[in-house]
Amino acid sequence: MSLLELEDVTMSFGGLTAVEGASFAVNPGEVFALVGPNGAGKSTIFNLVSRYCTPGGGDIRFEGKSILGCAPHDIPRLGIARTFQNIELFEHATVLQNLLIGRHTHRRSNAISEILHLPGVRAEERRHRLAAEKVIDFLDLQPYRESLIMGLPYGVRKIVELGRALAVEPKLLLLDEPASGLSAEETDDVAFWIEDIRKVMGITVLMVEHDMGLVRSVSDRVLALADGKTLVIGTPQEVQTDPAVIEAYIGLGDDGADE
Amino acid sequence: MRIVFKTSYDADLGLFVHRYQAFWYVLLLAVAVGLPFVMNDFWIGEAALMLIWAIAGMGLMLLVGHAGQPSLGHAAFMAVGAYTNVILQTSLGWPFLVSFPLSGCAAALAGALLALPTARLHGIYLAIATLAVSVLAEDGIVMLAPWTGGVSGIFAPDIKIFGVGFNRYVNAPGFYWLTLGVAVLVVLGYRNILRSPLGRSLVAVRDSEISAQAIGVNLARTKAVSFALSCGVTGLAGALMGHFAGVFNHETFTIFLSITLLMMIVIGGLGSIHGAFLGAIVITFLPLAISIVREFLNERFGTASVMPPGIETAAFGAILIAFILLEPMGIYGRWIKIRTYFELFPFCRRDMFRRQRGYLRTERIR
Repeated sequence: MSLLELEDVTMSFGGLTAVEGASFAVNPGEVFALVGPNGAGKSTIFNLVSRYCTPGGGDIRFEGKSILGCAPHDIPRLGIARTFQNIELFEHATVLQNLLIGRHTHRRSNAISEILHLPGVRAEERRHRLAAEKVIDFLDLQPYRESLIMGLPYGVRKIVELGRALAVEPKLLLLDEPASGLSAEETDDVAFWIEDIRKVMGITVLMVEHDMGLVRSVSDRVLALADGKTLVIGTPQEVQTDPAVIEAYIGLGDDGADE
Repeated sequence: MRIVFKTSYDADLGLFVHRYQAFWYVLLLAVAVGLPFVMNDFWIGEAALMLIWAIAGMGLMLLVGHAGQPSLGHAAFMAVGAYTNVILQTSLGWPFLVSFPLSGCAAALAGALLALPTARLHGIYLAIATLAVSVLAEDGIVMLAPWTGGVSGIFAPDIKIFGVGFNRYVNAPGFYWLTLGVAVLVVLGYRNILRSPLGRSLVAVRDSEISAQAIGVNLARTKAVSFALSCGVTGLAGALMGHFAGVFNHETFTIFLSITLLMMIVIGGLGSIHGAFLGAIVITFLPLAISIVREFLNERFGTASVMPPGIETAAFGAILIAFILLEPMGIYGRWIKIRTYFELFPFCRRDMFRRQRGYLRTERIR
C-alpha cells in the first residue's frame, strides 16, 4: 500500500487553478520528487498535504485514511513533517530549542505538571533532549547548539529546519526546496543526508526541488508539473528526456516555432 | 568569562545555569527577605508595590513576551482579580487563603473566555480587541454596582491568615513578605513553564504560527492557555493591588493601567522574567524620584516652580520613546550587553547584537 496518495486533487485560488487533477502515490521508502517551472503548483501540493489549504476536489490519503478531515496541527501527529521554502524557524530561540519544539507531538505531560515541574516532566525532557541530540549528531549541528537562529547564516538555518522536521520522527518527510540557496558543497551534503534519511532512518521523502542534479542523484521517481497539470511520472532520466517536460521548461523547439 | 562545562542533560534542566548564578539569586532573595529589618514602613510599602507590579508584569510578559500576543486589556483582569478577591471575602466571608487563589482562577477563566473569540487575531488587531475589553471592564464595574460598589468603590478587608493580620498599614513587613512569597512562587512557575514543552510551544506561536502548526502545536489551544495563565497571574496581582490600595473603584483599573503595564514590560525588556522586575522598579520608583526632585526644586526655587502636575506621565512617555528608539530590548537587554562587554573584554564587538529585532510582529502571512 502506498504511504501517501493523492487522487484527482484540484485546487484553485479564485480564477487561478493551481493544481488540476493531480493523482500520484508515494510508496513507503522511496524518494519522490516534484519538479516543474515556477507556478506549476508544487508548493500548493505541499500546502494541501499539510492541510494549510483544502482542495476543491479529490482526496488525499495517508496510510489509506483520508486526511481532509484533519486540522494542520494534526498532520505531524500522523507522521508527516515538513520544511518550508522560505525558512520558517523560531528566530528568537536557539537551535536546540528549535529541535526540542519539533518534539511537540511526543509531548506526554500536561500544563499543570509542567508548571510544577514534576519528576515525570524532567524524565520526559531528558528523552526529548536525547532525541534532539541524535538529530544534532546526524546533521553535524554541534557548533550551533546554543546559537540563536537569528544570528545564523542561511545554509545553517536550512539544515536546522531539516533537523526540526527530523525531530518529529515522521514517516513521511516533505522537503520544500531543500537545496535552494545552498552552495554546491552544501547541496552535496543535503544529497547524502536525504540518502541516509531514507536508508538509515527509513523515512519516506517527498520533495520539491529545482536543482536537477540533486533530483537525479537522490530520487527514485519524479513527477513533472506545469501550470497545475501533471506532465509525466517516471524515473529522473525518463522525466528529463520527456518532450512535454522539455517544452514546459524551455518552450517549443525550432520545429514547433516554425509551424 | 566563565565557561560552564555541562556533563549531563540535567545541567540544562536546572533552575540556574551554574552554582555561581544560584548563589547570586539566593543572595538576592535573602536581601529581599531581610529588607523589612533595615527599612521603614514607607519604603517597605513601596517595595511591596514594586513586587505587585512585577507579578502583574510577569503575567503580561508571558503573553506578550513569550506567546507574542499583545494585550492592552490587562487592567480588566487585574480588576477581575481584585473584585473577586474582595467580594469572596466580604460577601461570603471566605478567608484570604481561599479567595486569593480563586481570584486568580476567575481572572484565568476570563482570559480563556477572551481567547476564544480572539484566537484568530494577532498583532495590532489583537491589541485593539483587548483594548476594547479594557474599556468595557470600566463600564462593567459601574454597571455591576450592587456587587462592586460601582463609582463609590469597595473596601478591601484586612488580610488574616491563621489569625495573623497582614494589613499594609498595621503590619507592613507582613504584607511585604506575603507579596514576596507570591512573587517567588510565580517566578518558579514561570521558570518551569519556560523549560518545558509548554513554554516552547508559546515561543513557537510567537515566532512562526505557520511552522508551529507544522510541528503539531494547536494554535487556538496554545493561545487560550497562554491567555489563561497570563490573566490568572495578573488577577493575583490585582487581588494584592486591591489590598494594597485598601479602597478602589472603577477608576483604579482604567485603560491607563493597561498601558502602564505594557510600557513596564517593554521598558524592562520583553521576553525575560528579569524584564518584568526591572520594569516594575522603574514604574514604582520613577514617581518617587520625580517627587523627590520636585521637593528639592521647591526648596531651592520656592513653590510653584518648574514642575507642572502630570509630569510623571510625560516622563514615562519620554522614557518609553527613548527605549524604543535606542534600546528595543529594554533594560534587561542593555544589561546583557554590558555584561557581555565585560565578560569578553576586550574582545566584544559592536555588531554582536546587531541582528536583533523586536518581538511584536504585527502581521504575518498565514
